[in-house]
Amino acid sequence: MSRLKKIAGAVMVLAGAGVVAGWVLSAPAKVDPQLVVDSGDPAKGERIFYAGGCTSCHAKPGSKDAARLELSGGLALKTPFGTFFAPNISQDKENGIGAWSPADFASAMLMGVSPSGEHLYPAFPYASYARMKPADIADLFAFMKTLPAVSGKAGEHALEFPFNIRRGIGLWKRLYLSGDPVIALAQSAPEAVLAGRYLVEGPGHCGECHTPRNFAGGSDKAQWLAGAPAAEGKGIVPNITSGEGGVGDWSEADIANYLETGFTPDFDSVGGAMVEVQKNMAELAPEDRAAIAAYLKAIPPHPNGYPARQPAAN
Amino acid sequence: MRKLLIAISLLAFAGSAALADPVLDRQLLMKERGKVVGELVKVAKGEQAFDAAQVATALNALQVNAEKFDAEALFPAGSDTGDTTASPKIWEDMAGFKADADKFEADVKAAAAAPPADVDALKAQIGVLGSNCSTCHQTYRIKKG
Repeated sequence: MSRLKKIAGAVMVLAGAGVVAGWVLSAPAKVDPQLVVDSGDPAKGERIFYAGGCTSCHAKPGSKDAARLELSGGLALKTPFGTFFAPNISQDKENGIGAWSPADFASAMLMGVSPSGEHLYPAFPYASYARMKPADIADLFAFMKTLPAVSGKAGEHALEFPFNIRRGIGLWKRLYLSGDPVIALAQSAPEAVLAGRYLVEGPGHCGECHTPRNFAGGSDKAQWLAGAPAAEGKGIVPNITSGEGGVGDWSEADIANYLETGFTPDFDSVGGAMVEVQKNMAELAPEDRAAIAAYLKAIPPHPNGYPARQPAAN
Repeated sequence: MRKLLIAISLLAFAGSAALADPVLDRQLLMKERGKVVGELVKVAKGEQAFDAAQVATALNALQVNAEKFDAEALFPAGSDTGDTTASPKIWEDMAGFKADADKFEADVKAAAAAPPADVDALKAQIGVLGSNCSTCHQTYRIKKG
């Protein structure tokens, strides 16, 4: 009996230690003040805004033209973890980010932490934005200051247990949040490839959809950009490496042209969620699209990161 | 025996006609559409010389193709399975799907009725026509491996 008690006691102590450790390890941390740049250039920030594709999720769904700059949020992302609603990030002081400081914005972008010190869900792709340069974040913030304030709150996330416990995201971050590049490149790599790496892995956050995720929702970097089952609904997100099933037979010019015009080399068109992304890519300078293309052709090829198509039923 | 053979082959023929494959039909129609759009885009991008007559012919071909697009015949109920990238949203919102198809047809007709006189005019038309492709594919098509 006393032996059982001892074991029970030991388990309790261990469990208690686990809780304490989990609590400590999951604590939200704001950004290092040294990574906060206080003032930015809105003209340069416009490029980052389109590279980052903010409007794809944060404009009201179905918005066209100028309305794409009204960032009142509302898009529902139905994922296996539950439904996320993209929040209002317009300049509205109450519902949006109008009252945020540069440090608040940098904490959200680089650390995934809100001004009130809560973890943000990684449906907001800060796991990619963590690779961004502080100066670019300041420029982006300055550009967003020029956009309209739109009032109105987006819906509340509807998530299943245990994903509804925000504190748990702290542990997720320990595993998957890193500012390091995914693909190691020599400093002597071509300039366009290095520039493309920054755009794709950082602000462009291409890997968030084009890389398969593991059971915990972390990107499987061993299959970087190999394509993945779509997080929402049916179908897949294509392989954009040069591996089998990917873009090996596309030239760099083909990729850049697709990002500019939405036409594939055989004149099929962009579709699905990529339609909004391509609209943003079309706003970039030709050299940015060329850099993305150069990077995609330079990274390790992988076979498709999603199951093969089922043969037709009949 | 001869009669029986004829009867069987008649049945087989009727059967194959009834089983005409709408998935195949719509895929062929879209392939043809992509091919014509490709010819126009090559001219717009300067990869091929602008020839007003050729461009007008291509626009007419595109109109014929667009007019053949009968949403209900090509996307009958039940044709959402098998080797298709049609999104279930087509059947959830057939009216919206048809509206997108009708808009494309109207834009093609307008372009064919006023064929461009130079590359810049063609580029403007391609911009209008091309936006239809992505608008419809955004909602009504899924990607498959």
